[in-house]
Amino acid sequence: MSQIKFIIMGIYFGILLIKSDVASWFRIQKMFHFEEAHMYLVICSAVAVGMLSVFLIKKFKVRTINHQDIVISPKKFHRGNIIGGLLFGMGWIITGSCPGPIFAQIGAGEFMAAFTLIGALLGTLSYSYLKPKIG
Amino acid sequence: MNYLFNTWPWYISGPLIGLTVSLLLIGGGKMFGISSSLRHFCAMALPNTRIEFLRYNWKAEIWNIMFVLGIVIGSFLASAFLSSSAPSLLPPHYHSVSGAIKLLLGGFLVGFGARYAGGCTSGHAIMGLSDLQPSSLVAVICFFLGGFLMLGIFQIAGVAL
Repeated sequence: MSQIKFIIMGIYFGILLIKSDVASWFRIQKMFHFEEAHMYLVICSAVAVGMLSVFLIKKFKVRTINHQDIVISPKKFHRGNIIGGLLFGMGWIITGSCPGPIFAQIGAGEFMAAFTLIGALLGTLSYSYLKPKIG
Repeated sequence: MNYLFNTWPWYISGPLIGLTVSLLLIGGGKMFGISSSLRHFCAMALPNTRIEFLRYNWKAEIWNIMFVLGIVIGSFLASAFLSSSAPSLLPPHYHSVSGAIKLLLGGFLVGFGARYAGGCTSGHAIMGLSDLQPSSLVAVICFFLGGFLMLGIFQIAGVAL
């Protein structure tokens, strides 16, 4: 079962979502109200470490543990980055969560997050349906 | 031990979150991203759909669903065994019909927006920015602009979230 390692990585990330408080509605509100720097610092330090890792992986042509090449595909720019991004941000502040934290809230026993998940699935479904029209 | 049970400070939790990028790249050859799982769930639920965007072999992306399953387990473990009290993640006033409606509508925007934008806070803000992708920077700026815009709308309307 090669998939088990992904469950373990998910467990690692899930613990961090709760222990960093990133999955908290209150932290998201404080971030958008500029009441505290916690969220900004978490995001910036995470990105800094991510940048350094990607830089090192590329520089030393690091391979996966299964000796395969690591392929990082570019994300092409399109108008969805802007329109979708704005809509995402609006939902982010209302629900106090984004896709990772939705699952973290559910795992932590916050059953109301099931509504966020249902909404997010319906949103994904609607986008899928509209994709030929809106690109 | 108190340190473990309280909220972990940003200089511990932030860098550890950032390590997820290399963990997935080196450990599994996968690019970090969570909102794709929502698409896989839709594709899984609708095997005979005519919607083109949901007609693909989601089983090839099963790792993403396993990762999400891990998040559920990990957050359960963190709240049950690594917290002095159950973490408060949503405000009490969201435990209501109006709260459910807010979460449904907000969730809809999150799901729709993430797919239209081609990623969420993990895929764009963490993975995309780590790889210096310009489109991710645009998306992340718009995530924040959208939040501030919504905040402004609520404030002008005199409605508290």
